[in-house]
Amino acid sequence: MDYLLIQMLNGVQLGLLMFLLAAGLTLTFGIMDLVNLAHGSLYMMGAYLAWTLIGVTDSFFLGALLALPATFLLGVAVEAVVMRRLYARDHLDQVLATFGLILFFNELVRAVWGPAGKSIAVPAFLAHTVEILPGVLYPAYRFAIIVVGALVALLLAWLVARTRLGMLIRAGASNRRMIAALGVNIELLFSLVFGLGAVFAGLAGLMAAPISSVKIGMGDDILILAFVIIVIGGIGSIKGAFVAAMVVGQIDIVGRAFLPDFLKTFMSSAAASSAAPAISQVLVYVLMAGVLVWRPTGLFGQRN
Amino acid sequence: MKTKLFGPTTIAALATLGLGSLPAMAQSPIKIGFVSTFSGPQAAIGEDMRRSVELAKEHLGSKMGGKPFEIIYEDDTFKPDVGKARSEKLVLQDKVDFIGGYIWSNVLLASLKTVTDEGNTILVSANAGPSQIAGELCNKNFFSTSWQNDQTPMAMGEYLNTKGVKSLYLVGPNYAAGKDMLAGVKRTYKGTIVNEDFTKWPDQIDFSAELAKIAAAKPDGIFIFYPGAHGVQFVKQWAQAGLNKTVPLYQVFSIDAITLPQQGDLALGTLGAQEWVNDLPNEQNKRYVADFKKKHNVYPSYYGAQSYDAIMLMASAADALKGDLSDKNKVRAELKKANFKSLRGDFKYNTNQFPIQNFYIQEAVKDAGGMMTVKTIATAVKDAKDPYYEKCPMK
Repeated sequence: MDYLLIQMLNGVQLGLLMFLLAAGLTLTFGIMDLVNLAHGSLYMMGAYLAWTLIGVTDSFFLGALLALPATFLLGVAVEAVVMRRLYARDHLDQVLATFGLILFFNELVRAVWGPAGKSIAVPAFLAHTVEILPGVLYPAYRFAIIVVGALVALLLAWLVARTRLGMLIRAGASNRRMIAALGVNIELLFSLVFGLGAVFAGLAGLMAAPISSVKIGMGDDILILAFVIIVIGGIGSIKGAFVAAMVVGQIDIVGRAFLPDFLKTFMSSAAASSAAPAISQVLVYVLMAGVLVWRPTGLFGQRN
Repeated sequence: MKTKLFGPTTIAALATLGLGSLPAMAQSPIKIGFVSTFSGPQAAIGEDMRRSVELAKEHLGSKMGGKPFEIIYEDDTFKPDVGKARSEKLVLQDKVDFIGGYIWSNVLLASLKTVTDEGNTILVSANAGPSQIAGELCNKNFFSTSWQNDQTPMAMGEYLNTKGVKSLYLVGPNYAAGKDMLAGVKRTYKGTIVNEDFTKWPDQIDFSAELAKIAAAKPDGIFIFYPGAHGVQFVKQWAQAGLNKTVPLYQVFSIDAITLPQQGDLALGTLGAQEWVNDLPNEQNKRYVADFKKKHNVYPSYYGAQSYDAIMLMASAADALKGDLSDKNKVRAELKKANFKSLRGDFKYNTNQFPIQNFYIQEAVKDAGGMMTVKTIATAVKDAKDPYYEKCPMK
């Protein structure tokens, strides 16, 4: 039972990180109708900026905190310089331009931080284990990711459901043209939304850094999964992104923790270990296909 | 009157110079290609190898067999297809005399045929030692200055038997070397194997699921193979999960001069097996380690030591043949003698052209200056041969 609990927590932790990344993606896609492949680059930039700021301030907490406004400014700048020119274009142009941004950011990082990759140490005050239940130990840092991720999810839920900005975001997601016609400053709204998405991506990147590593292209692999999550959840829906991220997190952990041992009962351990992650990856796509058949706009998507 | 830079006289002069230098053309430098990873998360390993190759060049006075030599570095970017393409370029375009390097077994396996068969060029692996090349795929143009993958974990297994470790949980990456390493420890270890897990290579660096399984299984020890950046992650996460207090870690290629600066105190006291350690008491090793430390302020790793040996092995053949490398049969015969001062001490080549050598047990410690390093604490096996050489058709 303890073992099951720990593995589920691992799934929740992964799911929350994915949610942070997917939240920004679903907002920009849903409200601004922008396919932003470079969202993973913002995730990477968040981690690199945090690495630098942690070095400067000599404090994980302070460095991470400062990295958030830094990624916000970066997001706003990217929106103003590049994205603003793409809203009127079709999706293919956006894909091409934002793919170019991925290459740009990867090279930028190579030029500024070097090719070797960096590592951020787990802060000393979290480098131990917590006893979540009697006798059940869990790494404090991973627990902190769950807490921060959950808080941000609540904050976002409050922001979208209870504030004026959230109202505009929801209105924008259902009918962009109408809110522009009603005199809402759409440029400012888009700028804010994109910056907000960048902050979430950056937060996910810097929180993931101590348990993975800070390297060029770190956001590219995870971005595909984030796209799958927003498609499952419904484009533009924060709630959908959250639910889908949780489900995908659990599927991933089942694929890594339980499936190999099950497969080992009838195949070699090397074969079982290669098959299990492949099967869990396929499961994620099967889930997406199933959701699309059942609800073409995703679990919580706007039905037109 | 203006002097024309490229007037007829100049051209004539250049031509005579060119003709005059024809005998010197025979003195054209020996070319060595060196394939390793110089970018991405594992670039630190390639850098350590490059530094050692440059040090070998310095110690040789930039000459082998009386001729100058040049080294052309190529970056495999940690990908088999890129490694193969770069190797192809070295053979076909640069027409190198030797190719050295190769950290990764999968990169080496992808590049092997291109170099040794299609290019008829001699390849000296400075690290990777996949079982296939030691056995049925063994090749007259392939030499190793490292080991066959199974050997280091086999040495670790032997040591764990004498230490009385009763049960072991094995974790490693799911690629050619990972499979060899885990198979290797199982060959010699006599205790119970609680379970073995293979993780996705190279993209999985989160080991939370595996560590949770280990915590639940409560083995006497964990055996890992996670080179470079992956080793840093595994050790960190092992400590974060609190397992460093309950389950000791035994490793091959996961805690070394490259990873220790990042693993720090977390690695203190962990044991591993290796064919070379920085404190091996022979003269050439003392000089190598001292010069390396003076230059770079860090310890060299076995990746570096094996690369240094690879260059020295090539030099031994070039010296014996007075720089004439045109007859490949003669070059191979000279290489096979392993007539050079290896940093690990002298060794002989087996029929499959892998070294017959000792393996040592090393412990992660702090040196007098407080820097993390490893020191030899025991000899695990002597004059070990890899378990595949009998499958090799070369005799």
